[in-house]
Amino acid sequence: MNLFEAVRGIVVGHATTLKYLFRKKSTIDYPREPYPHPERFRGVHELRKYDDGLERCIGCELCAVACPANAITVIGAENDPAKPTSPGERYGYRYEIDMLRCIFCGWCEEACPTDAIVLTPRFDIADYTRDRLVFGKDKLLVKDQFMQHMANTESAVLTDPGVAAPAAEPAQPASGAA
Amino acid sequence: MNELLADPWTKFALVVAIKSGALIFIVITSFAYLMLFERKILAWFQMRLGPIWCGPWGLLQPAADAVKLVLKEDLTPADADPLLYRFAPAIGVLTAVLAYAVIPFGTFPDGSPIAIADLNVGILFVLAAASLGVYGIALGGWASQSKWPLLGAIRSTAQMISYELAMGLSFIGVLLLAGTTDLGGITAAQSAHHLWFVIPQFVGFLIYFITATAETNRAPFDLPEAETELVAGFHTEYSSLRFGTFFVAEYINMITVSCIATLLFLGGGDGPFLSALPYLSVVWFMLKVSFFLFVLIWMRATLPRLRYDRLMAFGWKVLLPVAVLNVLVTATVVALWKANV
Repeated sequence: MNLFEAVRGIVVGHATTLKYLFRKKSTIDYPREPYPHPERFRGVHELRKYDDGLERCIGCELCAVACPANAITVIGAENDPAKPTSPGERYGYRYEIDMLRCIFCGWCEEACPTDAIVLTPRFDIADYTRDRLVFGKDKLLVKDQFMQHMANTESAVLTDPGVAAPAAEPAQPASGAA
Repeated sequence: MNELLADPWTKFALVVAIKSGALIFIVITSFAYLMLFERKILAWFQMRLGPIWCGPWGLLQPAADAVKLVLKEDLTPADADPLLYRFAPAIGVLTAVLAYAVIPFGTFPDGSPIAIADLNVGILFVLAAASLGVYGIALGGWASQSKWPLLGAIRSTAQMISYELAMGLSFIGVLLLAGTTDLGGITAAQSAHHLWFVIPQFVGFLIYFITATAETNRAPFDLPEAETELVAGFHTEYSSLRFGTFFVAEYINMITVSCIATLLFLGGGDGPFLSALPYLSVVWFMLKVSFFLFVLIWMRATLPRLRYDRLMAFGWKVLLPVAVLNVLVTATVVALWKANV
């Protein structure tokens, strides 16, 4: 064995490990530190609202039909004209997703005509009972007003052309890509 | 009480007992934090975070580990030799702590070493204690009556015998330069000329550090506990506190060899600002020891384990001849220099 080569190998090896000592750590201190997801990660669902506070869901049940796992149950109801829940005629009276059945395929998101149901990057939904994993409107309806606003405006238009609704009609990717 | 203290022997015994108790406390505590230090540094080398959940920055991890080990079931294999199986870890830790009786951690303002016993053959005592350490491993492996521990114990014994020779020879260069086997005297000889022996004895230093790594069964010489081949080597059958005791011994040995490296080659507590603050020598000593401990961990993070035949070939065909040559050259130079002066 060439002595020079051997010593060089040891020295270079130690230099390499020393360099790694000062590198940024790749571990994420998970529960205390958020895990960064890709933007299109399909996690727990969220029922979005319009900026004026009205729900997007019109209780059409298209998501429930599209769902390959039969995880979604929607019961629609007529809006009270004096105090509407959604801008349309009907709204989602009950909206339940069984998280134990859901396969997070995102078809509900694609089927939804009003972009009411969307999949968020949130994924940590472990719980102790099956009952608590059937999410109703109390858990699904968007809570963070800021995030809601962001979803309805700029960033949402950039990432999800569908959210831009009628105004952005000519700029739909289908026609733009053609 | 006063009458008891009037007797010089009782007083001496009492003072030594208190000193030893304090020292053992310090050594065991430093073991616990060396373990955390190693886990942390090793994690950083691998771009991980290491222990972070027990206390701030994982500082309470050693306590958590200790509690866990104590609560574990203490198993003894049915075929094991009951007496030796129980004694082996104790022998290991006893011989590991023994060396601290003579290690000077610095110097008092009057120049005398801060140590329990100012022994004039200190280095020989340390060498003897280190050699006895193999008994803990060999007996533990043998008494387990199981094949992996036995193989680990045999490897450990062969490794210790092979590398101890070169280690002893690497000391001789330093002893020739210092002209004493007293550890305090060796550091004094280095600070007197402000020349740490790592410079004139660089080859000796390299040999010492390599053999010391092998003596403490540290990577890349961790064949006695090679996980990939021998499950866990000599402590495969051990559990609970007895398992922990082997770890205490191993880590204390790490600190010991770092202390010896500091004393023999890096001038012990020698360093700047000593004339203004004499007790700073303890700090310098600790810093140098920490540096060596870091290098030991650094080596573990870098080097893969040696193959067994290469380990033996390296010990007998490279280290031993180089160590002999080093002794010859040093002896010649010292003899010629003394003749001229």
